[in-house]
Amino acid sequence: MLVSDARILEVDQLTLRFGGLTALDNISFHINEGEILGLIGPNGAGKTTCFNAITGVYKPTSGAILFQGESLVGKKRFEITQGGIARTFQNIRLFPTMTALENVLIGADAQHSTGILSALFRLPKHRREEAAGHQLAMELLGFMGLAKQADELAANLSYGDQRRLEIARAMATQPKLICLDEPAAGFNPQEKRVLMDLIRKVRDQGFTVLLIEHDMRLVMGVTDRIIVLEFGKKIADGTPAEVRDNPAVIAAYLGVEEEDAS
Amino acid sequence: MNFEFFFNNLPALTITGLAFGAIYALIALGYTMVYGVLQLINFAHSEVFMYGTFAALWAVMALGGADASGMKLVGILAAALVAAMALSAAIALALERVAYRPLIKRNAPRLIALISAIGASFVLAELMGLRDRVAAWFGLDDDLDDYVGKARINNSIAGVVEAPRWDVAGVSVSSIDILVIVSAVAMMVVVDQFVRRSKLGKGIRATAQDPETASMMGVNPVRTVQMTFLIGGLMAGVAAFLYMLKIETTKYDVGFLLGVKAFTAAVLGGIGNLRGALLGGLVLGVAENWGSALFGTEWRHVVAFLLLIVILLFRPTGLLGESLGKARA
Amino acid sequence: MSKFKLPALSALPKPVKIVLWVLVALLAYALPLLEPPFITTPGVDFGGVLFVVTMYCLIALGLNIVVGYAGLLDLGYVGFYAVGAYTAAILTSFHANWPLLLALPVAVLASTISGVLLGAPTLRVRGDYLAIVTLGFGEIIRLIAVNTEWLGERRGISNVARPPSLGGTEGWFEIPHLYWGDGSVLLDTQDTTKFLVFGVLDQIPYYWMGLTVVILMLFADYLVKDSRVGRAWEATREDEDAAELMGVPTFRFKLLAFASGAFVGGLAGALYASRQNFINPDSFLLLFSILFLAAVVVGGQGNRWGVMVGAVLVAYLPQRFREFDDFRVLVFGLALVLLAILRPEGLFPPRRTVRAKQLEQELEVLEEGTEGEEDARV
Repeated sequence: MLVSDARILEVDQLTLRFGGLTALDNISFHINEGEILGLIGPNGAGKTTCFNAITGVYKPTSGAILFQGESLVGKKRFEITQGGIARTFQNIRLFPTMTALENVLIGADAQHSTGILSALFRLPKHRREEAAGHQLAMELLGFMGLAKQADELAANLSYGDQRRLEIARAMATQPKLICLDEPAAGFNPQEKRVLMDLIRKVRDQGFTVLLIEHDMRLVMGVTDRIIVLEFGKKIADGTPAEVRDNPAVIAAYLGVEEEDAS
Repeated sequence: MNFEFFFNNLPALTITGLAFGAIYALIALGYTMVYGVLQLINFAHSEVFMYGTFAALWAVMALGGADASGMKLVGILAAALVAAMALSAAIALALERVAYRPLIKRNAPRLIALISAIGASFVLAELMGLRDRVAAWFGLDDDLDDYVGKARINNSIAGVVEAPRWDVAGVSVSSIDILVIVSAVAMMVVVDQFVRRSKLGKGIRATAQDPETASMMGVNPVRTVQMTFLIGGLMAGVAAFLYMLKIETTKYDVGFLLGVKAFTAAVLGGIGNLRGALLGGLVLGVAENWGSALFGTEWRHVVAFLLLIVILLFRPTGLLGESLGKARA
Repeated sequence: MSKFKLPALSALPKPVKIVLWVLVALLAYALPLLEPPFITTPGVDFGGVLFVVTMYCLIALGLNIVVGYAGLLDLGYVGFYAVGAYTAAILTSFHANWPLLLALPVAVLASTISGVLLGAPTLRVRGDYLAIVTLGFGEIIRLIAVNTEWLGERRGISNVARPPSLGGTEGWFEIPHLYWGDGSVLLDTQDTTKFLVFGVLDQIPYYWMGLTVVILMLFADYLVKDSRVGRAWEATREDEDAAELMGVPTFRFKLLAFASGAFVGGLAGALYASRQNFINPDSFLLLFSILFLAAVVVGGQGNRWGVMVGAVLVAYLPQRFREFDDFRVLVFGLALVLLAILRPEGLFPPRRTVRAKQLEQELEVLEEGTEGEEDARV
């Protein structure tokens, strides 16, 4: 385990209100570098909202979000991604008419700066970045087992391949923190086991992982720590063992755990 | 800038502006309702209006309006109103059936719906502009010459209605202007009440907010869309009649400019918002008239386009905000 | 790459392909000299028609960047065209006497700047609204031209400079045209084109100029599309929010697409003004914005070859069948409606759209049961 004590992300008293609805209520937590942190809670608890606040989709009503010591609030979404936070989506959002390779290249482009003049005159910067991007993309596709489908349209891939492609695309942006939003949705138990392995391998490559998941077995099996949300509030924060025995968590999930432990 | 002229004639300019604005408002209703329910800019609505003007024109011609007066004239005008509403409504329904329904069913992307709307607009306008050729093809051009002749130029019924001028608080206004304003407001109230209270009206609002749920609650989506187009068409017909009363002239391409202005009015008031259409129309009519007096009549149309751009940039939700169903992104 | 090619041809080795393309290009340059029987336009100068076709091709390529690649609804493209044309006209005739080659870059710069000025505030608004705002922009440009004396008002501006000729008024040499008599093909030495004279009667040199610009544009289009820029445009069009979250500065790229489109539009406008020698506001009606858009949509937005086919159709057919001139707009409108309903992706959509559509159709067949039920209920 390569978890350090350095805090890569700090969320401090984060509150997010939409009109009359309080989606996030005074949430505070941190993620250590190299950790796999789980974010769980019943439906509507605010997990994806939290992701959206971190990645700049929503502007917090109050509170702070610090990434490597710098505040993220007010930054543009693409700046946040270029700064080192990448994500996948609950409902897959690949670029359907682009190939798998091109989807991952978009991710790699995040760290590049080739503009229209470089492209038009094939200046060295363009050539360099294209070569580097292609190399990174093929590596990641290989890592995800998608090398053979590099030229396949993203829309034509199988569901499992699409999920893996999304992760590859996110990794291509060379982030420090990857946020995975229900990456196992729709997977059977065998596929979930493979995914758990994959998430560990991703962390071993040097990334920090923030994971939203509903499957308890997966979460308990792969995370170092877990944050539990309910109705926009944090109700537990600790190791999988601590969280599993926490009465508040059990109460929040009463009845749900059996169904989810597929 | 012609300040002197402007201030000297302010009341008259305002009343005339309100009259134009009332006509814009009635046409705007069609745009705003269709956009509210379908998120579609019905480009061809301007032609729905144009056909109404011709229906009114032809009715007056056919019934001998030029020689009539008194009650007979009133009767002829009433017939013209009905004709305008009927033809406009018919065109609107045909438009929905032919140019839009196949696309709605398929959830076609915005650009494609826009292309279909533009194409339909051209077809309708050109058919009117080529009506002499169309009639000739059927061998009817001689019999119908009064109606299909002069297809590419202005057709007028000037002088049919001699409207008395009234004195309102020391200002001379045309009774027609007053009639236009009052009628438009009255019709808007009628439609507003209909949409608020009637079952069909509620169905329209429900579909605008959430088509799937609405259909699950038993609202027939196809009928709802038809009803939306029908109401828009009827109102355009009223606008067409009032337009002919006031301007007394029409032409096959009269739709475009009016359509853009009416759309501006709809956006100004808040797209999808019926009351917004009325407010937007009146504001636009007055602003245009004032601008025309201040800067010269050549800049009249620029006022409308500029206003449109400015609103879309700085307050796209319009004066009264979007309503009907939150016009979705 | 989204090229329209027969599958067998794309398997040929590269040198062979290059030779084929060169032959095609040569044929294109020679076309008006060959005067092929069914293609030449009766009653209208064929060279002139071909020039207009190249201008439409150029415009279609430029608008394709905005609409096809970046997915932005632009109904006011004629505005950029007008800015380019008027700038060239003012600088070479109305208010100054610059040579065309000096005025061209300024004209293009002016149109590009207008693209940035228009795009900066408006690209933030929603799709439909963007269409209306751009329509308003196009009309405002025209109305300003109509009402401003400095721009010639309705009379317009004449004596716009022509491109510089090589070899004075007689040119370096003369090229004869072909003559298709009854059953035989002859070289007609009376009917010649002087190389390279940009005069009043012979339109062919203008066509050659236009064709060269189009070829250069095709290269530029390919170079930019196959790069980070082209990918960013596609991603922005497919899913703007997801693209931004993947680190694409979408607003900047949308503005870049707009500016690029404006650049090309202005260039076409300036070249057109130079050949026409005279411009007035009637050359820049809304109708043309719609025609330009139609060329792109009918041809197949997103496919540079498709949109050129669209441009050819829109520019050439009305000239070829002039006896139906009155029905031009009507037929055109019908074509748009039919296209929208029957084949919205256009005649030659980009290859990936074709593959995606096939997948969609396969899925639809599987779901056919559900659709039948829905229809019955309604």
